[in-house]
Amino acid sequence: MDVLRALTENRLWRSVVRHGVRGTNRNRVMLVMENIFLHLHSAKVRRRSLEISSTYYLGGISLTLFAILTITGLMLMLYYHPSVPQAYDDMKELQFVVSNGVFLRNMHRWAAHAMVLAVFFHMLRVFYHKAYRPPREFNWVVGVVLLLLTLLLSYTGYLLPWDQLAFWGVSVGTNMVKAMPVLGPAFRFLLLGGNIVGENALLRFYVLHCVFLPLALVLGVAVHLWRVRKDGGIAGSSGLRRADAGKIP
Amino acid sequence: MSQFRLEKNNDARAVPRRIALIRREAPARLLEGREEVRMAAPHLLVREVILIQICVVVLAVASLLFDAPLEGIADPSNTPNPAKAPWYFLGLQELLHYFPPIVAGVLLPALAIIGVVVIPYFRINVEAVGFYERPWRRSLAILGAVTAPVSVLLVAYRVWAVLVPTLLIFSLLALPAVPRCPGAWRRRLSRVPLSDWIMTWFVAVASILTLIGIFFRGPGWTWTWPWRDGIF
Ligand code: HEM
Repeated sequence: MDVLRALTENRLWRSVVRHGVRGTNRNRVMLVMENIFLHLHSAKVRRRSLEISSTYYLGGISLTLFAILTITGLMLMLYYHPSVPQAYDDMKELQFVVSNGVFLRNMHRWAAHAMVLAVFFHMLRVFYHKAYRPPREFNWVVGVVLLLLTLLLSYTGYLLPWDQLAFWGVSVGTNMVKAMPVLGPAFRFLLLGGNIVGENALLRFYVLHCVFLPLALVLGVAVHLWRVRKDGGIAGSSGLRRADAGKIP
Repeated sequence: MSQFRLEKNNDARAVPRRIALIRREAPARLLEGREEVRMAAPHLLVREVILIQICVVVLAVASLLFDAPLEGIADPSNTPNPAKAPWYFLGLQELLHYFPPIVAGVLLPALAIIGVVVIPYFRINVEAVGFYERPWRRSLAILGAVTAPVSVLLVAYRVWAVLVPTLLIFSLLALPAVPRCPGAWRRRLSRVPLSDWIMTWFVAVASILTLIGIFFRGPGWTWTWPWRDGIF
């Protein structure tokens, strides 16, 4: 305890963290309110909303998986060139040359699949709890955008290893785009940078996957979490079967 | 009755039971405000840290046990048979097998997305009242009148994978209307709101199509059994 006090009760520490470490309620509030990241929480939360069955922590799991994907993704970028055939060779390097390269790739891959599932189940949780009801209806719409961004992120990443699985998986998908009336072929051309899935497509998917879509998702998640707070904290399952259900709003 | 007085007072200790008049358009949080609360630090933060740790550990173990797939280098002249999209699009690819691309690849996904977006703006969704907890005969008739032609269409296109869950879920929905329905079932089913029935139908159809696409489709998109022919 003395070491802790020495560490935290000096000018340097106090210039960064303005409150003490003693377990007083004032410090607990300050911990949350004075920290830009923790500040997304309110200082107090309803007891009921901490229970697992309120959220099954699915939003939190989605967010955690996204963080893991960002970290492992950045590390993968150190070994990856978005060009043909270097992209595929880089996969082989990860396998045979880079220490723990396979582990890194596995983490990124499985987290990506898990995130699609987690976001989908999060949406179902919100739906069956009727947690989208006013005033949360806009946050539901933000959520739908996040779901689409998640799918697009996963899909653009799918092409990057440039193996048979990637190439044909993306070919099948982008052929569906062609079926869109009027705009279909033009949109597909724009997406692929040509009429076939080739080097240009790889570069475009790379930029979308590593820059544009993650930025969009971060922005979207920021709005989403901000709105959770502004809409009065999570509803959890409180919208279900109350005496006054059907009378609100 | 002299012990009752009408008084205007905002002190909860002096007047423990009070009547609040809330305008209809007032946000719901006004009604939730007085529940029991906990400090976010440490109660919520500890749970979040544990959650992150569990996620990292589970993923690390999975990554040690299972390797991400990597096939031969992309070869545009060598089309694998079947060529499958990533798993979350296989439901769509399965639909493409039954309907023309404009329907399966554009119309139905667009409808699904629009349908999901507008959910919170529809009355039936905002009310969490069971289908049988208010006048239901007309609604049931309308639902039947929608389900019947859809089923005929599904039979015409031989889309058993959609027809079966559609009929199953409609039967469950209609069960409480049958006089011989067992009491326990009736109590349970009649409390389910219409919005939940519709979503459950959507999720059932989407999952069945996706699972078929993943496990039961082989070369030429023919039906295969995963335990006999393997997974393609
Ligand atoms: C990248 C994807 C997403 C992330 C990271 C995310 C994150 C979160 C988090 C952390 C919460 C707090 C409570 C909870 O965990 O349930 C939340 C709540 C919520 N989310 Fe999401 N979400 C995502 C996608 C979605 C989607 C796809 C929808 C719906 C279409 C959605 C709708 C909502 C709504 C309405 C709430 C408020 C629920 C309540 O008050 O109980 N979110 N989200």
